Amino acid sequence: MLTLAHFLTLGAILFSIGVAGIFLNRKNIIILLMSIELMLLAVNMNFIAFSRFLDNMDGQVFVFFILTVAAAEAAIGLAILVVLFRNRQTIDVEEIDRLKG
Amino acid sequence: MPIVEIVFYLFGTVLLASALCVVTARNPVYSVLFLVLAFFSAACIWLLLEAEFLAIVLVLVYVGAVMVLFLFVVMMLDINLAQVRAGFARYLPVGILVALAMAAQLFILIWTRGLETQVLVYGSQGDISNTRELGEWLFTRYLYPFEIAGMILLVAIVAAISLTHRRRPETKYQDPSLQVQIKRDERVRLVKMDAVEDGEGEER
Repeated sequence: MLTLAHFLTLGAILFSIGVAGIFLNRKNIIILLMSIELMLLAVNMNFIAFSRFLDNMDGQVFVFFILTVAAAEAAIGLAILVVLFRNRQTIDVEEIDRLKG
Repeated sequence: MPIVEIVFYLFGTVLLASALCVVTARNPVYSVLFLVLAFFSAACIWLLLEAEFLAIVLVLVYVGAVMVLFLFVVMMLDINLAQVRAGFARYLPVGILVALAMAAQLFILIWTRGLETQVLVYGSQGDISNTRELGEWLFTRYLYPFEIAGMILLVAIVAAISLTHRRRPETKYQDPSLQVQIKRDERVRLVKMDAVEDGEGEER
């Protein structure tokens, strides 16, 4: 039988894979963005699981807003990426150090 | 084993396997395609949790629009794969270590809180449409956040277009204000020259 813990475990593993992806692909911004998408998916999974088990729609409304913001973030991130590649001919994170932060 | 569990473990396995492939795939195009598979499996699991509207939205909006945008950008950029992959093996141990530690902590948290006593039961929520219920919440209690979400999307469109828009110097384009301001003297040049006699023409 499926319990709340099953779905939360699935979300936890998914989130960990996303974190590992950020560590592994330090050079490729595209895969970094995709890892963030994976982590957001894990968060959404938790929200929906809690929403279903607590019988409360607030969680699903939040997932709706997270999807909206994630879509906006992906669009702007990819636009910045395109401009960056046009100017520098690279998407290597370590070469993007103009600001010397 | 009931069918619900079989579906959960099947799609859960596909989801986690494709997520692993996303972060380890050699080619970014394959990463995007595996991410599409991951989103699709996640949508199936959301269907299992009776969040039908969000599952469909995930497939239609996220896979249909956002992932295609990713695919466009990945294919448009000419990425040096060997250079991008450098450092993958170097960060592999620390990445796995952090991920395992984080997963272990979350497992302890989840499985010691008594959450495994809450069993998924179908038919307890009555005969309510998920879409209708979500719509009622969105348009009453969450109306202002909903409007703000629309505004965020508008700002994102404007930002993305204004970031990537550029005037190419080699491309010819019309400037209407210059076109209407033009004077006759700038366009027409009168040339004075002597009349020339055409010998053969006169004889005929």
